[in-house]
Amino acid sequence: MQNAFVPIFLLLVCTIGLAIALLLASRLLNPRRAGQVTRMPYESGMDPIHDTRRRFDVRFHLLAIAFLIFDVELLFLYPWAVIVGNGGRGAGNEGHATRVADGDPMQKATLISNPQSLSPNPSPHVPRTYFFPAMTFLLLLVVGYVYLWRKGVFRWG
Amino acid sequence: MTPLPHNVAVTKLDELVSWCRKNSLWPMPFATACCGIELMATGASRHDIARFGAEVFRFSPRQCDLMIVAGRVVMKMLPVLQRIWQQMPEPKWCISMGACCSTGGVFDTYSVVQGIDRFLPVDMYVPGCPPRPEQLIQSIIDLQEKIQREGRRKG
Repeated sequence: MQNAFVPIFLLLVCTIGLAIALLLASRLLNPRRAGQVTRMPYESGMDPIHDTRRRFDVRFHLLAIAFLIFDVELLFLYPWAVIVGNGGRGAGNEGHATRVADGDPMQKATLISNPQSLSPNPSPHVPRTYFFPAMTFLLLLVVGYVYLWRKGVFRWG
Repeated sequence: MTPLPHNVAVTKLDELVSWCRKNSLWPMPFATACCGIELMATGASRHDIARFGAEVFRFSPRQCDLMIVAGRVVMKMLPVLQRIWQQMPEPKWCISMGACCSTGGVFDTYSVVQGIDRFLPVDMYVPGCPPRPEQLIQSIIDLQEKIQREGRRKG
């Protein structure tokens, strides 16, 4: 048990040693000549226009927060939509893959062209257990959005 | 004095360094015209420049030591070419690929540089319009020989 980690430490020592040796070798063996142009930022050979660290208006942070609302909304809605689209049987499509692989080519083609036929009991309606929680989630985000609107975040006078 | 065992080789440091350098050329593609297409073909699987250790095309001069100028260079492009060349760390080499790059080619006009060797130190000239990938590979082999022959540790 005590010696179980010896190979890992050995690997660590070897890796660090190799890195140091390579850096040292290149430092010893290379001509280190660098001029003013060499140290310039590389802009495909053009003149750099300005520094990359620029100052911009602090009000952008409100816009960034508003963006977050929609971003997070999308992040949560994508898996939700996939699960609902699969009839609530999870996000995986393993069942589909085996079914397609088993069938003959003609059936495969119909299956691919019409994914709805893959589901054993296709449900045209979104079940309530999936619909209402998502709508509640959306409603909460809309409340936040309306709050931002009323606070005048989008007025840039 | 005992003779060396057969599995021990003796060399000079310069030659060892040159041997390492010539087998790990990292090209900087400066492809401005149709020669660039042949340059891409050279890097692709059929011609496979990786057999000569030169497959790592980098798009930053910081990591390159072989500039392959492929295509005609117009006067307005010349400062760009020169700056990229200067931004490459030493030691560095240059291949002038194709007729336009080496001599101006058919573009015998005031706006096209009549051979980039007027402005850059060129190691290898590849004739052709455009040259086939085999020709470019031959130039890389020749350049490797040149590096092995003339290479010094401090460039």
